[in-house]
Amino acid sequence: MARLNEDNVRLAREIIGRYPKPRSATIPLLHLAQEQDGYVTNEAMAHIGELVGATSAEVYGTASFYEMFKFEPVGKYLINICGTMSCALMGAEELMHHAEERLGIHMGGTTPDGMFTLERAECQAACTEAPCLQVNYRYRFRVTPQNFDDLVNQLSSGQLTEEIPQHGTLTVTRQHIPADRGVGAVDPELVTEGPAWLDGKAAL
Amino acid sequence: MTSNPGGTWPHAPGFYPGDRPKIVTSRFEYEDSYTLQRYLATDGYAGLRAALGRPASDIHDEVKNATVLGRGGAGFPAGNKWGLTPQGVWPRYLVVNGDESEPGTYKDRLLMERDPHQLIEGCLIACYAAGLSQCFLYIRGEMALAQERVANALNEAYAAGYVGKNILGSKFSVDIVLHWGAGAYVVGEETALIESLEGNRGMPRLKPPYFPAAIGLYGQPTIVNNVETLANLPWLLRNGAAAYTAIGTATSPGTRMVAVSGHVNRPGVYEIINGTTTFRDLLYGDDFCRGIRNGNELKAFVPGGGSAPWFTPDQLDLPFEASQVGPAGSMLGSGAIMVMDSTTDIPRAALTLTRFYAHESCGKCTPCREGGTWLERILSRVVDGKGTDADLDQLLEVGESICPGAFPHASNEKLGLTAVPFPYRMNTICFVGPSAYAPVHSALTLFRSEFEARVTKRTLIPVTAVGQ
Repeated sequence: MARLNEDNVRLAREIIGRYPKPRSATIPLLHLAQEQDGYVTNEAMAHIGELVGATSAEVYGTASFYEMFKFEPVGKYLINICGTMSCALMGAEELMHHAEERLGIHMGGTTPDGMFTLERAECQAACTEAPCLQVNYRYRFRVTPQNFDDLVNQLSSGQLTEEIPQHGTLTVTRQHIPADRGVGAVDPELVTEGPAWLDGKAAL
Repeated sequence: MTSNPGGTWPHAPGFYPGDRPKIVTSRFEYEDSYTLQRYLATDGYAGLRAALGRPASDIHDEVKNATVLGRGGAGFPAGNKWGLTPQGVWPRYLVVNGDESEPGTYKDRLLMERDPHQLIEGCLIACYAAGLSQCFLYIRGEMALAQERVANALNEAYAAGYVGKNILGSKFSVDIVLHWGAGAYVVGEETALIESLEGNRGMPRLKPPYFPAAIGLYGQPTIVNNVETLANLPWLLRNGAAAYTAIGTATSPGTRMVAVSGHVNRPGVYEIINGTTTFRDLLYGDDFCRGIRNGNELKAFVPGGGSAPWFTPDQLDLPFEASQVGPAGSMLGSGAIMVMDSTTDIPRAALTLTRFYAHESCGKCTPCREGGTWLERILSRVVDGKGTDADLDQLLEVGESICPGAFPHASNEKLGLTAVPFPYRMNTICFVGPSAYAPVHSALTLFRSEFEARVTKRTLIPVTAVGQ
């Protein structure tokens, strides 16, 4: 699996259709590729380029700017421990040290069984619940070393598969605009007039 | 319904309601606050209905009269921002900035997770009032739950006729497209957000034009508003500008969401009354953080997100009012306070922020790309005990190359310092570079002795000594 599969191409076309310019869909499509394969493959980037009208180099140029896209396999569970100020003030460094010891890997490493990748992350917007971490972008708050061990055990034994899908899947629900309800993308090359409701009268 | 005014609600971790006016958090008490059913049962979409019953220009005036300040960081009034679009250029877009990632800040995430319909209603009101033809709701990539809840809410709202074609049977039609990022702090800067939304690397655009309202998404007039700003609009339309300005002060009306984290007894997110609430209220008030942990002394606090110059106990009595915090040498920014008690290792604390900004530099402007990294490396060396006294001057020199001239800082009686007012001058397009310097400058200015205690003092040996 490398290029987007049939289902994902259909989804990709639906996503592209919402934007006035196809290239705007690049990041959502990269997420789709990462969801399919667990990371973003070269073939997927070339395919995305074909779909949005960009070269694969342009797609890679965009993708490589963003932290969340991985270009080689990572663990089934990506554990991001926050190390920015609020978390650091509440013991994030100690937690990171413990995590490295527990999993036997350094920050950025993956366990040999392919289960866990550990990363030092920057602020995750849960500063009052420090120290915090995310597993595949699902939060855990006020994490003690004991909590961390419990989490690793639960993940290893498959107890959290429902709550935390494998790396790449961000949401279960996707936006879907029903054909009879959508306005459609407003392309500046086609629409050059102001909206109808600006006629000085109430809309209702 | 679970009423729990004293404590946090288990389904809204970190949020403490208190007994204060609630403009944007009124539904947080309900476990199912994010569903359309609950939203409709609690005045949901009534603000939109009220808006559509009046001409669009009326609604724009209402928002202008209410002085709804932007809640993203700069505090620019939303109604005025909408008015900056050039005459006769169509179409115009709304881009919602949900890329919240300023260190210490979280309120937009809660607003998206706990009350997505309120945000959607706010987007619709803005589109109606400002004549915006399509809305893109950009949520930070790492916020999976927020994406899930907003996607669900949008699907519900489309099905029920609140979004899309002929909303509520009127002539008002607009699509809201959920877009999500992939991890880059700088994308919170509005022109970088637009670049990212066009499928590019999220690098800020050269200014001028200063506002994307002139030239934005696809080169068209574009309004970029913060999530919390838009979340204010449904309440405002239901209750009117007079009710809105009756809360807070004339220059800072309404409420705002503030996250207080670090060494306090009850860190949390609070919806506070704008303009009048002081930092002392927030840090020590029974309704708020209830003092410093373990009965320790307060050492310093960051008043407005990681980018803000630091305050010390001398500034505790300042209110949440930009016209007072600015002259005192800092900014209110994104509503995030990070508290350091007497046990804090100041150089290390500063490093955690500087490392963040060095890491998040997009690399476009040299002073930030090189300077931020230099600051991080030199500061790391100092923290590790391998620095020299020359390093401390070097830090200030590198900072000077990012922000020439006097850098804002607070007054300090003990040190005999008088305040240098905000803002600073900068050699970069956006605020990431200066933000890397802010913690270094504050820490060095207010706590220099802690740095000096860590570095090796070197004495220059005169050259004539060689061989004598």
